[in-house]
Amino acid sequence: MSGEGQMVADGTPQQRLRLRFAKGEQLKYISHLDLARTWERAFRRAGLPMAYSQGYNPRPRLQLAAALPVGVTGRAEYLDLWLTEAVEPGGLAARLQPSLPAGLEVLHAEETELRGPALQSQTSAAEYRARVWSQEPAEAIASRIQALLEVPSILRQRHHKGKMQTYDLRPLIQTVIVEPGPEGEHVLVMRLQLSPQGAGRPDEVLSALGLTLGHYTIERTNLFFEFDK
Amino acid sequence: MSVILHETLERILPTVRKPGRYTGGEWNSVVKDWTTCQVRWALAFPDIYEIGMSNFGLAILYDMLNREPEVLAERVFAPWTDMEQALRAADLPLFSLESRRPLGEFDVIGFTLPYEQLYTNLLNMLDMAGLPVLAAERNGRHPLVIAGGGAVYNPEPMADFVDAFALGDGEEIVLDITRAIREGKERGDRREELLRRLAEIPGVYVPRFYQVAYQQDGTVAEVRPTEPQAQMPARKRIASTLPPPLTRPVVPFLDTIHNRGVIEIQRGCTRGCRFCHAGMVYRPVRERPVEEVLQAVDEIVANTGYDEIALLSLSSSDYSQIETLVGGLVARHSGRHEGRHLSISLPSLRIESVSVALMEQLRETGRRSSFTFAPEAATERLRGVINKPIDDEDLLSVVEEVYSRGWKTVKLYFMIGHPTQTLDDVAAIVDLAKQVRAVGRRVLGRKAQVNVSVSTLVPKPHTPFQWVPLADEDEIRAQQDYLKENLRGPGLKLNWNRYQETLLEAVLSRGDRRLGAAILRAWQLGARFDGWSDQFKVEAWRQAFEETGLEIGFYTRRARSLDEVFPWDHIDAGVSKRYLAQDYEASTRGETRADCREQCYACGILSAFREERAGLPAGAWGCPPVAGVVR
Repeated sequence: MSGEGQMVADGTPQQRLRLRFAKGEQLKYISHLDLARTWERAFRRAGLPMAYSQGYNPRPRLQLAAALPVGVTGRAEYLDLWLTEAVEPGGLAARLQPSLPAGLEVLHAEETELRGPALQSQTSAAEYRARVWSQEPAEAIASRIQALLEVPSILRQRHHKGKMQTYDLRPLIQTVIVEPGPEGEHVLVMRLQLSPQGAGRPDEVLSALGLTLGHYTIERTNLFFEFDK
Repeated sequence: MSVILHETLERILPTVRKPGRYTGGEWNSVVKDWTTCQVRWALAFPDIYEIGMSNFGLAILYDMLNREPEVLAERVFAPWTDMEQALRAADLPLFSLESRRPLGEFDVIGFTLPYEQLYTNLLNMLDMAGLPVLAAERNGRHPLVIAGGGAVYNPEPMADFVDAFALGDGEEIVLDITRAIREGKERGDRREELLRRLAEIPGVYVPRFYQVAYQQDGTVAEVRPTEPQAQMPARKRIASTLPPPLTRPVVPFLDTIHNRGVIEIQRGCTRGCRFCHAGMVYRPVRERPVEEVLQAVDEIVANTGYDEIALLSLSSSDYSQIETLVGGLVARHSGRHEGRHLSISLPSLRIESVSVALMEQLRETGRRSSFTFAPEAATERLRGVINKPIDDEDLLSVVEEVYSRGWKTVKLYFMIGHPTQTLDDVAAIVDLAKQVRAVGRRVLGRKAQVNVSVSTLVPKPHTPFQWVPLADEDEIRAQQDYLKENLRGPGLKLNWNRYQETLLEAVLSRGDRRLGAAILRAWQLGARFDGWSDQFKVEAWRQAFEETGLEIGFYTRRARSLDEVFPWDHIDAGVSKRYLAQDYEASTRGETRADCREQCYACGILSAFREERAGLPAGAWGCPPVAGVVR
């Protein structure tokens, strides 16, 4: 290696990696911040040369695309990671897997532009699939969905920074359809806005549809970005 | 199968706060095959997950037991009040994190009890598991209930609820207990027979095999064993050298109190502060060799991915090779300019032993959030009484070094309620804190911060202050009011404890068996999470004492005579009562005693553990060689 090659040890990021991953049942109650820390530790266990932020209290440079609501699983989650030495993205999933707790799985890794915009500023929408156990026939749910989508605004309350706040759920809903699921359950497929301007919560849509009684599970199945368009 | 069903839990978990407290699955957690294990331990900590997961004793036992073939250990913590309500409403028993089995299915529940405010939670956890809280009402169909940890050096207040106590270093005791349980199961022993076998194990105390007689005045007349197996006294167990370090700890997902790797560098302390329970009951001092620590830290970092390691001991700057050790750690793991980012923290630093060199090393690696010192008293006179002789000049010069290396906050710990303390001593706390702030301002300007924590002395059993009355409520309030009035302003922050909470700790610390009735009643009246200010139910406790006819002042405010038999006298922590009495008398004369690494005061440890000491190299314990003295 030439003398120049040694320079990478100064901590400057050399590579930015984008990982698509799944967050499964075992981890769905782990919050966004806790998940970020879990990733950090997994990368350290795997011996990846993480780049750190500058300043008084340096942190690993790591960005998750979008917080997953607690209790929701995801199979199209994204994170960006900066490294001080380049690694081969192709072998990364296999290299990382032994260092990951049950419930995390790397599905894909690729290199991306080192100085591109932050991932979380680029999201536009997300798709969720909610499995709902309900006595009602699918048609009844479908007509409730239709009725919901016809109203111009759906005012709901949510906690925001410790205060109750009223917001309009309707513009955050892009599409909702109901599909038949196994054993008499219904699957609601929703595409909701998820962008720096606002995000719709799938449990809020279920609640607005009166479907929160009883039992349901939600999975985020896709994330859409500005650059997909 | 009695595993709690996933679907059942799925209805509950979304409704409670921080459901990740109850789901397990953390890195390095161990799930063993239930059916092939002969002895199944539930390791219980009677507080929430975030606190219990920061308890190092529990982590050690979990690792040790799960290494044993055909033995499993699973964890359980006290559910927060919302989860308790949800579980009770759904008629679900308290279950373990690993296999989600009800506690009642384990062979043994091992509770860790580091402090007294957890007692009602222990009862509550048994009850949530559907088990009788009273030991006398449990039988062979129920798990054994064992407790260990710092608080059980006076086990008497919990004698009604716990079948057996483990005294001292748990590493060896739990394996002996495991063996006894396995053999008992094979033989089909009844509960009473099994307890007799446990009572024979060194370090195990089975309270039902001891009878307590009281004097007319309510003090203890005598404690007598009722079974030949019961040891008298029941002496704590020690590891003669520190067992191999824990290097594969469970890594919590949640942000716990101490969210970092831990390496125990030293057990025990030689300083002899007279108020300090840990300093007396964890003797002798045993150091872990530097090489072993360095090796262990390499493994911990690789096995966990932690970016911070705490060097655990009661007084880490007293570790004989602290600079070599920290220097070695910095060289291997720290140095940001080289891309290594491990922080090293030393939780307990003594003012007189923290060197400039050590601070330089910590600057390389620490988070530089705050630096903590515990002068405990602010006047030279009072420091003589408590045997913590430090010099204000030393403190101020150390603080200057600290601020000048970029730490913005210095934390100072003090106590009020020391014997002979007057308002002058309290005023000196204010003066000293302001002097520290002045040093900080000179170095850092207005960014310098001093956080002062002032707790109230709770006289603890097995310490030289075990004879001392708890300070009077009005006096403490007046002193706290003085502090609140005077210790304020920019760059100063004051924390203190409420007297009612101190009072509960005091009553339980030096209580006897009769207190079991009050603990039971308080729990029935809703007391739990007594260590949480927002949960502490002073009224429940007041009513419980009233109904059971027990007098709080008898346990807290009474001056005890030197010849009084204490409820914990038959528990032998290795330090003799004779020595404690001599040291107490020295304190009334304001006499200090040197660090006992320098000079032996014959505390009793060496004679109690002669066998453990035999065969070890001369410097193995912190004790100096004692020539010609027969012990």
